[in-house]
Parts: sequence; structure tokens; C-alpha cells
Amino acid sequence: MEQFIQQLLNGLFLGAIYALIALGYTMVYGVLRFINFAHGDVFMLGAFAGYYLHKALMPLMGALPAPISAAVILLLAMAICAALGILIEFLAYRPLRSRPRLNVLITAIGVSLFLEYTGQLIFGATQRPFPEVIPKKNIEGLGGLYVSNTQVIVLVTTVALLVALRFIVMKTKMGLAMRALSLNPTAATLMGVNNSVVISFTFGLGSALAAAGGILYASLYPSIEPFMGILPGLKAFVAAVLGGIGNIPGAALGGLIIGITETLVAGYSQDIGIPSGYKDGVAFVILILILLFKPSGLLGKVEREKV
Amino acid sequence: MIFKKYGTQLFLLAALVVSLVVSLFADQIDDYYMDIALNVGINIILAVSLNLVNGHTGQFSLGHAAFMAVGAYGSAVLTLQAGAPMVSALGGGVFGQSLVFIIALLVGGVFAALLGWMVGVPSLRLRGDYLAIVTLGFNEIVRVVFTNTNADGPFGGALGLKGIEPYTNFFWVFAIAAISVYVVGSMVNSTYGRGFLVVRDDEVAGESMGINTVRYKVTAFVIGAFFAGLAGGLYAHLRTTISAEGFGFLKSVDVVVMVILGGMGSTLGVVIAAVVLTVLNEYLRDFEQYRMIIFSLILIIMMIVRPQGLLPNVVLQRKKNKKTVDPA
Amino acid sequence: MDFPRRSFLLTGLCGLALAGLTQCKKSGGGDANTIVVGEVAALSGGTATFGQSSHAGTQMAVDEINASGGLLGKKVTLITEDDQSKQGEAGTVAKKLISREKIVALLGEVASGRSLEMAPICQKEGVPMISPASTNPKVTEVGDHIFRVCFIDPFQGTVMAKFALARGWKKVAVMTDVKQDYSVGLSQYFKEYFTKNGGTIVGDQSYSSGDKDFKAQLTKLKEGAPDAILASGYYNETGLIAVQCRELGISAPLLGGDGWDSPSLVEVAGKAIEGSFFSNHFSAEDKAPIIQNFITKYKEKNDGKTPDAMAALGYDSMMILGAAIKKAGTTEGKALRDAIATTKDHAGITGVISLDEKRNANKPAVILTIKDGNFVYVETVAP
Repeated sequence: MEQFIQQLLNGLFLGAIYALIALGYTMVYGVLRFINFAHGDVFMLGAFAGYYLHKALMPLMGALPAPISAAVILLLAMAICAALGILIEFLAYRPLRSRPRLNVLITAIGVSLFLEYTGQLIFGATQRPFPEVIPKKNIEGLGGLYVSNTQVIVLVTTVALLVALRFIVMKTKMGLAMRALSLNPTAATLMGVNNSVVISFTFGLGSALAAAGGILYASLYPSIEPFMGILPGLKAFVAAVLGGIGNIPGAALGGLIIGITETLVAGYSQDIGIPSGYKDGVAFVILILILLFKPSGLLGKVEREKV
Repeated sequence: MIFKKYGTQLFLLAALVVSLVVSLFADQIDDYYMDIALNVGINIILAVSLNLVNGHTGQFSLGHAAFMAVGAYGSAVLTLQAGAPMVSALGGGVFGQSLVFIIALLVGGVFAALLGWMVGVPSLRLRGDYLAIVTLGFNEIVRVVFTNTNADGPFGGALGLKGIEPYTNFFWVFAIAAISVYVVGSMVNSTYGRGFLVVRDDEVAGESMGINTVRYKVTAFVIGAFFAGLAGGLYAHLRTTISAEGFGFLKSVDVVVMVILGGMGSTLGVVIAAVVLTVLNEYLRDFEQYRMIIFSLILIIMMIVRPQGLLPNVVLQRKKNKKTVDPA
Repeated sequence: MDFPRRSFLLTGLCGLALAGLTQCKKSGGGDANTIVVGEVAALSGGTATFGQSSHAGTQMAVDEINASGGLLGKKVTLITEDDQSKQGEAGTVAKKLISREKIVALLGEVASGRSLEMAPICQKEGVPMISPASTNPKVTEVGDHIFRVCFIDPFQGTVMAKFALARGWKKVAVMTDVKQDYSVGLSQYFKEYFTKNGGTIVGDQSYSSGDKDFKAQLTKLKEGAPDAILASGYYNETGLIAVQCRELGISAPLLGGDGWDSPSLVEVAGKAIEGSFFSNHFSAEDKAPIIQNFITKYKEKNDGKTPDAMAALGYDSMMILGAAIKKAGTTEGKALRDAIATTKDHAGITGVISLDEKRNANKPAVILTIKDGNFVYVETVAP
């Protein structure tokens, strides 16, 4: 029993990470209707930004308490990646705005490859250790269960970002514009929404979220390399689809489900004679099932194609 | 007259004869260039078969490498496990080898086609991005399954299969490439085949005209998968060693890029793209670490500057031009 | 009706291919004053770290040979091709090196899967091939032109199993990277020897390279209360496995193979990896002048990086080739092959290397432990 609860906790924290990345994915898709394949690579850049910021700033901030310096690094990395996201959108996606979605998908794949291989050129292929910004400690008093403070921080941050994002989209003027744009871009323009600004904002926000995800992920799994974004990116995307792509709470729910299922499969598959390596396929099996039986996702709205 | 009536068949025949003749002189050809030529041929088969699904029928699949994997594993397991006794039973020699090889290729192709059917049927309810992601996920599942097989089993686990007989030669590759071009071309250009284009251009309208769009989609998937399976078999018997890692998402992307750059739905464009990209890949080899960066930049710039592909589908283009003129 | 044109094009292409292909026999092989050696390494892609290391070692050996007057009075040129860590590429570039550059011998690959792709080509063309670090037994079984300068998986697996038993560890759990044939082989041979000689495997879990979260598998392994855990994969994941073991309250030491050898293991794992053991080709701690000399020079050339086993093996592969060329007095394939095959007592960085009749390096393994963030020599295990 204790082992099972430990596995559920493992899954919960893994799921929180997937959820965090999925938030950015789902928001960009919700507004622009296109799969930003490069999201996982911005996530990687976020982690590297954190790495270099830590290197550069730590001598200056040595005296500050750990949570404050951690927050400074996190916010700066988010800002850098937001700028980068806006730049990517401006250079690569904007010229394609009126083109078919598949063209944009291919461009996104191109951007993704570009970031990965440029990353390899600049950062090198070797993995690097991510610094412990906040010293890792196990939380005492849970009996035989093991949970670290970093894991809790990740979970709390995910929830906080989820709430903040929900607030931006639902309660602010920019959020209103984003929703209008996602519903009908032409009508939104006619109503005085500046589409370009809204799209840039969406990308900036999405990339900032990716950067936050990258840093938190790197704190949990302190080894970063240029290709680290591919797998979490794909799984986060599956999470977003599972929850109903474009739906913010759905992305969080999807992330948790994928994380927990994957953990349980890895932990228990051998009891029924399946190698635990099959866990890598689990996310995709879930994806196929959900799309076959409920294509709009768990919390998504059904969309009818208009003739 | 004869030319007009049997033009396509004549050209198919010509292509077959030329590939046979070239393969007779294969010894004269530099190994490295031969290798590139065979890669080109295999990529043509992959791109043309994916084009039937993605280009002509408009079903965006990102999992072509999975079919290739099944074809590669299917044919290689056959030649590895039963190839030698079969060849000697057939009296050995080139004839026996060729017969065994073609049987193996067909077996691989049929397995791939079966899988194509399995993917095609349930995927019918999806379209666009969702279909792309499902096929991508499906590709990953196939890769994970092959990787996790028993290392001593017939699929060899992570190390994959090695010591596969190098049966693939110029004739097989280009004969099958020519056949795939012929089959896909005649299917799409036949009266029946207009249905594929209907599915792509306006599914709802097609359905209301009484066209069974479901059947067209499944057919496209099955035929596309079959040829991808053949390509996989050729690839396995060219490289002599395969492992599941080589049939991942990136391989699928390679093929998709060929289809997109060539111009969706244009067989000629896609063939050219397959040739250009394969050769380009070799040219960029000297740039080592910069190669993929350059490749991805070309991809992005291409999408911005010439999104319809190198050689867009002529029919489609004409129709579009008309549309813009009509209102006047 | 643009259909016939397409077939036309295809036919035309075949014709063009014919025309293009027959007219090429470039004068490769350099001029009369150079010896061209080919190298295939993964300089980019997923396993780039290994390829870059072994390439740096190989290049250093070439530079040293040239600095001391070259071979047979000629300079050595190393032509390196990148296979991007991709399946299929290694075969193509091997063909390119052989037919275009007329190399006298081929060095590479680190990964067994890709070495297996090149081996039949080298065998067929009669070009000797020396793999620096492919430890899968199947590689040299391809033919008599294929050699390696490292030990093989069964040996390494047995060494670690013996070591565990000698320490009195009867219950060992196994973590295998199913994506790497190297790890699969190592685990397999470890389990075989270990169970045959009185040990028990109390847990057998797997993961794939690139994974970062291993807690599910480790939680499961914890149940068996292992005395030690064999983590047979590469250092990339091993570091994280060590960290997560400790986070889950598992204090058993980890065991591993030469895939652990990288400073980055300690950087990532920190204290978590202290007291764990792995088998390796050489120890950077070894005070032997040849090794210390190598380390100093390598650091000079590579921004102060400490050489790992891949670099040492890359260096040894080139040095053995160089010695064989000297001995053969020619670079002709057959004679060179014979010269390599009779390599005996070559004093390499990774030990005294003699090639056996199966063309595998016969040499001892060293066992290292991690202490205060350094790889510390424990013992040498002879084959």
C-alpha cells in the first residue's frame, strides 16, 4: 500500500511537470489553432537561460536568500524566452498567417530542428548539471513516503501559473481579445482588436510559460542538454489534447493523467509480464483512445465543421 | 495514337528497362554514388506513397516511418529466418535470390498494408492536426514495441536485426519506384481516383454526391502503407542492419518534408523533392554540425517564400486561378 | 494530361543517374605523400558526446604521429565523417570514405549498432576497420577485417558480477536502458554470471535513453531491498538515477560499466553517486607516465577537459593502426589487416592491448569508485 501511494505521488509530480508544459501548448493552440512544435525547444532554451543566468548572477546575488534569487532567475529567464518567442513568431510564423495550417506545422517543425541543432552548436552536445538554486531537501514526517521540497515547489508553481493564466484569459482585456481572436479572427479585427499584437502577446506568454517549465523541470531532473525538450514536449502535447486542446484546466488535468498512468505502467507492468520500457508508448495509446472516443478531449468543446 | 493511348504504360516499361540496364552495369558505378542513388530511389517510393495519403487525399499522416519499419522488419525476418533454405530449394543463384527477395518484400508490404488498414479505419473520424498527431503517436508506439522485444527474439530488441543479405540493387529499387509512381498516378488520374481528390478538396460535398469517402481514405492509407513497406524492405536489404531507432518520428518528418517541398498532390514535384533533398543531404555533409541548421533554415524559408512547394499540383493551381478570375 | 511526363521524368532520372554515376572515379587517397585514414563518428545528434570524445582522441593520435615524422615517411590525414547518430548514415559515409577518399583503414564507430552497419562494407571492400568502443560481441564476428580495441560486453558484465559477489552482495536489482543494445547486453551478461554463481536478481526494470524520471521503476526496485543496483546504461541517465535513488531513500550503491565514464556523471549526481562502482578501460588516476602524459596533452588541446574512456580508446585505435602500418611497411589492405591482427602487447592508454583470434582486445578492466567527486582506482580485473 505504501508503495502504491509512493507511486501515485511519483506520478502526481511527474504529471505536474507535463501539465506545466501543456499550459503553454494549449494556450497557443487555443488562440492560433496551430501546433507549435517548437514549444519543447523553447522549454529547453528556458532551462539553458536559467543555467547561464545562475552562472552570471550568483556572484552578485550570493547574499540574498535562496527563494529570492531563484525567483529573480526564473523571471529573467521567462522574460528572455518571451522575447525569443515573439521573435520566432515574427520571423517564422507571421509571414504564414494566411497560409494553410499544414504549412505552418512544417515551419514549426523547421523551427524546432533549428533550435535543437543551433543549441547543440552553441551549448555543446554534452549534458550539463543544472545548479541547485534552492537546496533540495526531503520533507520529513511522511512516514515511509519520500517527497522533496523541489517537487512541492513545482506543484505549487503549476497551480499558481494555472490560476494566473486562467485570470489573464478570462478577466483581462487582452484575454478577451485572445478569446475573440480564437473564435473568429476577422470579426475580432472588425471589432478593433489588433490581431498582430494579440498574437505576439500569446506567443510571448506561451514562451514564458515554457521557460518556467524548463527551469522547474531542470530543478527536478538536474541534467540539461539541447534535445531535452523533445520528449516532454510531445507528452505535454498529448496531455493538452487529452484535456481538450485549447482548454487551460484541461491541459492540467491531461498532464496529471498522463503522469500518473505512465508511472503506474512503469511501476507495475512487470507484474503482468510486460517490460517497463513500454511506458513510453502509454501516452500515445491514451492519445489514440481519447481521440477515437472523445476527439474533443476530456474538457474540450465539440467543434462542428462548417460547410 | 499508340503513344497517346498507352503512353503511361510505355513509360513504365521504359523505366523498368532502364533500371534493369543500369543494374547490369552496377559494377562500373562508384559504391558511394550507387548508395546515394539507391537512397534516392527508396525516398522516391516513400514520398510518392505518402503523397497519396497526404497530398492527393489530404489526410495528414506523420507516421509513415512506422509502415516502413513494419515492411523492413517483416521482410528481414523472413530472409534471415527462412531465406537461405528457400534460396537453395530454388536452386540458388540469382533467380532463387530474386524470387526469395521479392516474396520477402511482398510479405513486408502486406504486413505494412494491414497495419495501414488498422490505422486508417479508426483514424477516419479525425482530420487535420489531430490525425497528424495520432499517426505520430502510432509511429512512436511501433518504435517502442520493436525496441522492447526480446533481445534474443526474432526482432532483436534494441540492437535490431543485423546480417541481412544485401539483396537490394538498382533494378529492384527503381523498378518499384517506377511502379509506385505508376500505381499512384493511374489511381489518382482514373475516374475512380477522382474520389481521392474529392476527399481532400471538399469531403462534405463529396459525401452528399454519394461518394464513399471512407473507402477512399482507407484505400489511400492501405496503398500508401504497402509501398512504404516495400521501401522498408528495400532499405533493410540495402543497409543490412536495422533497428527500431531508425524508424522514429524524425524519419517520418523527413518524408513529410519531401511531400511538402515537392508540392502536395504533385507526383512529379514530390519525386523531384525526394531527389533534391537526398542529394542535398549529401552535399551538406561537409558542413557537419551546420548541416541540420542549414536544412531547417531551408525548410522555414521555403515555407515563407514558396509554400506551394517546388512544383505545385498543376490541376489545383489552374482551378485556383480560375476562381480568382470568375467573379469578374 | 501531365501524367506521362512524370514517368518520363523518372525514366530520364534513371538515365541521368547512369550517366552521372559511371563517370566518377575521383583520385582519392591523397597524393604520394599522405596516408588517408577514415573515421566515422557521431559528431551531432543523440550520442554526440561519445563521438566527439573519441574523435578528439583520434585526432590527437594523428597529430602526434605527424609530429614525430608520420608513417612510412608520409603524413597521415584523418578524414572524419559525421553520421549524426542516425541509423543508415554510417553505412553511407563508410562507402563514401572507401570509394571516394580511398582510405587505407576505417576507425569507428562508438555505437555497436552503427559499427555493424559499416563492418560488412569494410569486410567486402577489404578495408580494415577498428572500432574504438563498440563492445557488442557481434561486431567483430562480421569478418576478419573487423577489429576493436576495447573489451566486450560479456567480459564487462562478468567483471561486475564477480565484483558484486566478492563484496558479498547477494541481492542485486537491475536497471537497463532498452534503447541501448550496449546496456541490454551488459545487463544480460551480468545476470547470467551473477545468478549462476549464487546471486539473486531482486528486481529487473528498464527505461529508455532520454528519460529523466525513473522514480516509478526505482520505487519498485526498492521493494526487493537490493544490496546494490546495476545501472548498465550511459552516464547521461545514470546520474539522474543515482539522484532519484537517494531521493527515494535507497542507499544501495550503484554498479555500472564503461558508459559511466564522464565527468558529467559526478557533476549531475553529486553526492548521490559517492561510493558506487563501475568498470572502465583506464583510470585517469593511474600514475603511469604514458597515461599522465596523455591526460596533460589532451587537456591542452581540449580546453582543459579531462579525457574520458572514449577519448582514450579513440587514441588507442589510431595508435594501433599507426603501429600496424609501420609494421606492415605498406598500407595495402591485406598486409595491413595481417599486421593489425598480430598486434601484441601494444602499450596503450587503456592498458596493454593484444588482439586475440576473434579480433577483440584482450586486456584487463579496471574498477573505479567515486570518492569526493573523483574516480578512484579500486582494482584491476584480468580477463
